[in-house]
Amino acid sequence: MLPSILDGVFNGLSIGSILLIAALGLAIVFGLMGVINMAHGELMMLGAYTTFVVQNGFRRMGEPWLQFYIFFAVIMAFIVAALVGLILERGVIRYLYGRPLETLLATWGVSLMLQQFVRSVNWVLVVGLMVFCLLYFGGLWLVRRRPDFERIRGWAIAILLALSAGIAWAVGSVLAQTYGLAMTKPWFGAQNVDVTAPRWLLGGLPIGNYQLPYTRMFIMVLTVLCVLGIYWFLQRTAWGLRIRSVTQNRNMSACLGIPTRKVDALTFALGSGLAGIAGCAVSLLGSVGPNTGQNYIVNTFMVVVVGGVGKLVGTIVGALTIGILDYVIGTGILALLFAPIQPLTDFFTFFATTSMSKVLVFFLIVVFLQFRPAGLFPQKGRTVDA
Amino acid sequence: MTQSNSAVAPVLTPDAASTMLRVSGLNVYYGESHILRDVDLTVPKGQMVCLIGRNGVGKTTLLKTIMGLLKPRSGNITFAGHSIVGKTPDQRARLGIGYVPQGREVIPRLTVKENLLLGYEARAERPRNTQDIPEEIFELFPVLKTMLSRMGGDLSGGQQQQLAIARAIMGQPQLLVLDEPTEGIQPSIILDIESAVRRIVAATGISVLLVEQHLHFVRQADRYYAMQKGGIVASGPTSELSNEVIQRFLAV
Repeated sequence: MLPSILDGVFNGLSIGSILLIAALGLAIVFGLMGVINMAHGELMMLGAYTTFVVQNGFRRMGEPWLQFYIFFAVIMAFIVAALVGLILERGVIRYLYGRPLETLLATWGVSLMLQQFVRSVNWVLVVGLMVFCLLYFGGLWLVRRRPDFERIRGWAIAILLALSAGIAWAVGSVLAQTYGLAMTKPWFGAQNVDVTAPRWLLGGLPIGNYQLPYTRMFIMVLTVLCVLGIYWFLQRTAWGLRIRSVTQNRNMSACLGIPTRKVDALTFALGSGLAGIAGCAVSLLGSVGPNTGQNYIVNTFMVVVVGGVGKLVGTIVGALTIGILDYVIGTGILALLFAPIQPLTDFFTFFATTSMSKVLVFFLIVVFLQFRPAGLFPQKGRTVDA
Repeated sequence: MTQSNSAVAPVLTPDAASTMLRVSGLNVYYGESHILRDVDLTVPKGQMVCLIGRNGVGKTTLLKTIMGLLKPRSGNITFAGHSIVGKTPDQRARLGIGYVPQGREVIPRLTVKENLLLGYEARAERPRNTQDIPEEIFELFPVLKTMLSRMGGDLSGGQQQQLAIARAIMGQPQLLVLDEPTEGIQPSIILDIESAVRRIVAATGISVLLVEQHLHFVRQADRYYAMQKGGIVASGPTSELSNEVIQRFLAV
């Protein structure tokens, strides 16, 4: 009885840990720029796929290395997601600051593109994209150095765009015809892929009849490290100080000489990188597919809403609460707990599926927000309206 | 214009060499409403210039445009001989314009020390990882020394004002832009702030552009400009600032 509940809490805690890493990134970005990034889940998914790729790479290198691929994977997942986030900020979001609705739609579009990207990515696509970027941005760089650039700008961009796209497409089709399947076979495809934890993470710590899986403990340790790292970065470094300053007063920070655009780009990359680490953790819990991000993104948003913006504590408490509640209700442990009381058992059994537990959790969140509209830990005092 | 064809060295006219800030023909709109109309204003090097006028005539709008928070529809702003119209606020701050805005705008959830450290951001070569506040700051504003670990937002208005000026001075600006530094502050602290600004000017020789309603402070300036309905309507040395002018442009 009691052990099964503790087991449920433990598993919920590990889900909450993943939510926490993902929500930290989302909360920092939302707090700083007021941007709601719908593609955050897809950045998680990219982190998970990065882990898969790193694992396969290490498998080729052989046995002693394979045991340590996970550490390298965490770092790579962070870097890949951060880079994609940086491109997203530079290429899309910075043109939409102060327009939350458009940002929402644009990032949602990006999330769909990323999902399809991992389904259909193959060598032809990658080579084509690289050729296009090289030609287009290289050409733009050359044209920009001409003194009459402003006058020919429109034409230059139109011609460059058409030319680079045409050449990239031609290179792609030549590759596809010459090398056939080796080039056109999707890397991942639409099916889920599996990441196997290294051997020392398999198994668990036995407690009575139950055991606490090492993978989940690893995720929790990873989360603690991430939270401490972020706290240290925000509180103790020069860039952290700049981020906190811009978060609270963007105009005045700019007038003090803080490069606000650099701060935006850096923060967005950091938040995206955290999503990547969360994705790496997700890959340890189950198989990974193009839709993996969507399974987590809604809960991640809920964490930010419940936790309130502006304090890490709110995100931490919100993530762990939602993670545990969702798991404990969804697996029917609560129904077991109330076994002696028939109506309550029926009630909790009804909600004991993954989707129905979400219904109940969201209902509780709606009720909670009626009483605390600004979340668990809102900013208080005379400084709020400043 | 002072544009020259010589490619060897930019030829600065004697006028440009002695001018810190020059605003010429500036027109600023909020949406469709015309706020500033053909404003011309000059701050000579090492001088203190005061901008006076009643509430709502566009003084703060002018300062915000100088800082780059608002974009002018037409007109030019030059700082130390170079046009700064296309630059962002953070670039202008790093060129050497220190801004103390109306309402202080101390960063509320940062400590006083962190607020002061942000002042370093405007310096051309930033001291790396310094956690030290120069002692001159505490000589100017002794009250800050005892409050370093307090949150900026928890200070009183007068303390926040002193913090905001200290923060601007930390960046070693060439031009200090002060927007109503004595607004809503108790009289004893007004005198502190006034004498601190005077000591800063005496010690560093920087130029000051001051928006002020407090007469005693206005009279510290070298020159004055009076604004009405978005335009400059009178200017001259402060010594010629007669009671009649004050009655027309300052008294409510």
